[in-house]
Amino acid sequence: MTAVTDEVLSFDEAMEKYDPVLGFEVHVELNTKTKMFSSAPNAFGDVPNTNVTPVDLGLPGVLPVVNGVAVESAIKIGLALNCKIAEKCYFARKNYFYPDTPKNFQTSQFEDPIAYDGHIDIELADGTVFRVEIERAHMEEDAGKLTHMGGSTGRIQGAEFSLVDYNRAGVPLIEIVTKPIEGAGSRAPELAKAYVAAIREIVKNLGVSDARMERGNVRCDANVSLRPHDRETFGTRTETKNVNSLRSVEHAVRYEIQRHAAVLDSGTPIIQETRHWHEDTRSTTSGRPKSDADDYRYFPEPDLVPVVTNDAWIEKLRAELPEPPAERRKRLQADWGYSDAEFRDVVNAGVMSSIEDTIAAGVSAAVARKWWMGEISRRAKLADVEPAELGVTPELIVELNALIESGKINDKLSRDVLDGVLAGEGTPAEVVEKRGLAVVSDDGPLLEAIDGALAAQPDVADKIRGGKIQAVGAIVGGVMKATRGQADAGRVRELILQRLGVEG
Amino acid sequence: MAEINRDDVAHLARLAHIDMNDDELDRMAEELAVIVDAIKTVSEVAGDDVPATSHPIPLSNVFRDDVVGETLSNEEALLGAPDNADGRFKVPAILDGE
Amino acid sequence: MTDLIHLTADALAQKLASKEVSAVEATQAYLDRIGAVDGAINAFLHVNTDEALLVAAEVDKARTDGDTLHPLAGVPIAVKDLIVTKGQPTTAGSKILEGWQSPYDATVVRKLRAAKMPILGKTNLDEFAMGSSTEHSAYGPTRNPWDLDRIPGGSGGGSAAAVAAFEAPLALGTDTGGSIRQPGAVTGTVGVKPTYGGVSRYGAIAMASSLDQIGPVSRTVLDSALLHEVIGGHDPHDSTSLTDPVGALVEAARMGQVDGMRIGVIKELQGEGYQAGVLTRFHESLELLRSAGAEIVEVSCPNFRYALGAYYLIMPSEASSNLAKYDGVRFGLRVVPDGAPTIERVMGATRAAGFGHEVKRRIILGTYALSAGYYDAYYGSAQKVRTLIQRDFAAAFEQADVLISPTAPTTAFKLGEKLDDPLAMYLNDVATIPANMAGVPGLSLPGGLADEDGLPVGIQLLAPARQDARLYRVGAVLESMLEETWGGPLLAQAPAIPGIAGGK
Repeated sequence: MTAVTDEVLSFDEAMEKYDPVLGFEVHVELNTKTKMFSSAPNAFGDVPNTNVTPVDLGLPGVLPVVNGVAVESAIKIGLALNCKIAEKCYFARKNYFYPDTPKNFQTSQFEDPIAYDGHIDIELADGTVFRVEIERAHMEEDAGKLTHMGGSTGRIQGAEFSLVDYNRAGVPLIEIVTKPIEGAGSRAPELAKAYVAAIREIVKNLGVSDARMERGNVRCDANVSLRPHDRETFGTRTETKNVNSLRSVEHAVRYEIQRHAAVLDSGTPIIQETRHWHEDTRSTTSGRPKSDADDYRYFPEPDLVPVVTNDAWIEKLRAELPEPPAERRKRLQADWGYSDAEFRDVVNAGVMSSIEDTIAAGVSAAVARKWWMGEISRRAKLADVEPAELGVTPELIVELNALIESGKINDKLSRDVLDGVLAGEGTPAEVVEKRGLAVVSDDGPLLEAIDGALAAQPDVADKIRGGKIQAVGAIVGGVMKATRGQADAGRVRELILQRLGVEG
Repeated sequence: MAEINRDDVAHLARLAHIDMNDDELDRMAEELAVIVDAIKTVSEVAGDDVPATSHPIPLSNVFRDDVVGETLSNEEALLGAPDNADGRFKVPAILDGE
Repeated sequence: MTDLIHLTADALAQKLASKEVSAVEATQAYLDRIGAVDGAINAFLHVNTDEALLVAAEVDKARTDGDTLHPLAGVPIAVKDLIVTKGQPTTAGSKILEGWQSPYDATVVRKLRAAKMPILGKTNLDEFAMGSSTEHSAYGPTRNPWDLDRIPGGSGGGSAAAVAAFEAPLALGTDTGGSIRQPGAVTGTVGVKPTYGGVSRYGAIAMASSLDQIGPVSRTVLDSALLHEVIGGHDPHDSTSLTDPVGALVEAARMGQVDGMRIGVIKELQGEGYQAGVLTRFHESLELLRSAGAEIVEVSCPNFRYALGAYYLIMPSEASSNLAKYDGVRFGLRVVPDGAPTIERVMGATRAAGFGHEVKRRIILGTYALSAGYYDAYYGSAQKVRTLIQRDFAAAFEQADVLISPTAPTTAFKLGEKLDDPLAMYLNDVATIPANMAGVPGLSLPGGLADEDGLPVGIQLLAPARQDARLYRVGAVLESMLEETWGGPLLAQAPAIPGIAGGK
């Protein structure tokens, strides 16, 4: 199969002629302990075909049983997306043959999803808010993983055979489907990315998914169609499957807009089809044409009984919902008094929650930010981990800060103390003791060092005497060097000025 | 209600992934036509006011606790497999060759 | 030890408990009987000699040690080969599962093992339980012990024939549209379809999930009650399993009382299409019940006439989906056509070679009924008819405590007689299907021999959902009154099975 490079129009030109209409189907893998319909572990990366029960292999005679936590997670997602929750809903079988689908049907929902008619407000980078209407969110199960062997690329095309691992088969999925999104215009690609990012953030914030896109916890199918500015009816859409990073979502939508525009300009109709996204070439290729296989013959799953909700249950779950991410951000920024730029950096560094916890443990917003954006972020970058994964607790920061404020140690020494604590040498106080890190507070040795420093730089000493007090830093630096940093720089400054008889 | 013909049967056999030769298609179409004719009254019995029953005994909210249970070992999982490699089920190519 | 095999399960259990007979003796007697007659009957697809004797020996040892044992411990049993068993093959009567061994036990099998009932082997059936004659087994038909040229009913012809031929005192069957009751009727044995959900379906290979139910097969009403109490009860592996306690079924059978009960004769389940000899015996039973103090009333269930049609839409629809998993990927047969076929072609060839014609016909019919454009007219309408049938039952049970009808319209027909006429074959289930459609329990017991052919006639009792005990209460009375008129069990009148010395 030779890849055909499609014609594309420039994005600007496409926008001059057409309005894009978007639609998304985002699949979220829940982080329940077990699968949707079996008690096999829901775990990533284990030995193939070990996280399976007879149910997950679709062996003869097996029956599914619904994971109650997965249902509650689905309801929570529905509530977070401002959806209505179905009073009664059924599971349904979606019938199609594929070797990654053990029963050759997927247990899903059809006519009556557990959540429907919702919306979320998406904030773009410049603060523009765009409302995306949610059609439905329904429960279903993931498929197994196919590995294609014998071809040159590891792709399905040209493979001689495939290997199937059913560890992922039956992992709970929530599929979130939007209504058609109109009016985004040239911001459609940006909105696409922001929408998927928002869904990821919401499910992560709810604690119902690990939301790691690189592991496929959040996967996006993006629908794109174009219509001329003066037309009401939608054009023919294509569905680009499995776009699995935020950047790819943006690129895939942009590419499909450009490709559609070129096809429409050439006077040929768009073929309604599945497209596959290729990150390497940043383009899509045609999937298999729609065929018989699209007659899924849905019918109510007779092996599962309906889910019936009531107000008490829904309100209990609503009460358990964490604050929505956007509202929380607004509140925290106001509480902490960070500038927009400072706050954005904090969010991007992924330390917002850590800062919140640290402030709660008893330091100021400024101190918390200094630690998390400074020393801890620096170390995390070196170790190539998330800052929160370093093992620095809010309590540790409070203790370190207390030691600094009491003058026992200074900023520089505090880094050594942190080393010691993380190396398991004990509490900050114990590390100070063991490593002998306390600042030199006895004036005797300090005065000796000051005299040495003044003698070494007589010209500087003269400048200070002459009133150029800002020159004192050079002498302080000399003293700090001589005391190997174990002096309180503030005290050293005071003593130098005293020594020279200058008012500070 | 529509009649069922040989082309319909060929289409259904494809959907159901069952290869059928011409003779089988002919025989199946003939038999199904008779059966479909015999049961067609079913669609004329109940009006819109009659709800559908998918489950004979009405139960709801049967849930499992989210607790990991016994799993099969890799050997047990693959025991009945027609073909396997590398701890996984081996299947022929999914797409046609070149 | 021919005496041993003619004991009822209840009588055998008492002799085992009093140590008059050992479990090994009883099991060996049945294994010998199987060896002697099964060449002629073909009730068994697999004989489980070693394990059965091992379990029997364990029972004997436990009895010697004075351990507390289940009342049926040591009473052997045969299991329909639709129910999965560890350590024995399970074929569902199909080539597509030839040689397959389940890595897990069905819940009912676990219960048999817990009760220490030696499993004699797996019994023959129509492929995937699709049939009324056992002629659709891929492993040859089972023959009726009353006349080897006649069918033993189906799909559970193997279990019924095994019990009728004294190859087992008890057996498990499955009933989707009459597969326990109709074989019971034509072999002069007792068969019970419990309330839907009363016995776990976990490990019963599914034909039509919303209709399937496992139940007991025996020679007496009391024996069925004993077995029913072993296998019944809630199972968390089956979402449709009822949480109700099994109920005092044995007590109901031992008590056997009809005085003052209202027994409803279903107007629509008699008359045209019913063999004269069947109706004669049926009316005799009514007279006996009346003489025992029951009030016989006539009830009308007008929608029963649509039950067969609705059944032949719902059953194949669910079956078409349930049987999709047999595709040559994870277990069972794989047929690889010439060349370098794709998995899709392998699936098509595997299913073409592995399924028999009746199975294919039902899969195609079900695929049709569920397919786009036909769902509402076929599957949807059939589900509405189901509602109407439930309403008919509800109205009938307002007027009667138990309903009664012939189990099957005719006595056993000749092998091959209806093989080329599917509609004629399907009509065998006309009286049994309504119970499956509504989920209510049904029992068939021998009603005597038809005058014209000397073959057994079955009487069916139906009770409201969850009222299985009523079946045993009424069934035991009718059974004892009939046996009184016959001067012993009906099976005592069965001819000797040719080819073996001694007969019964």
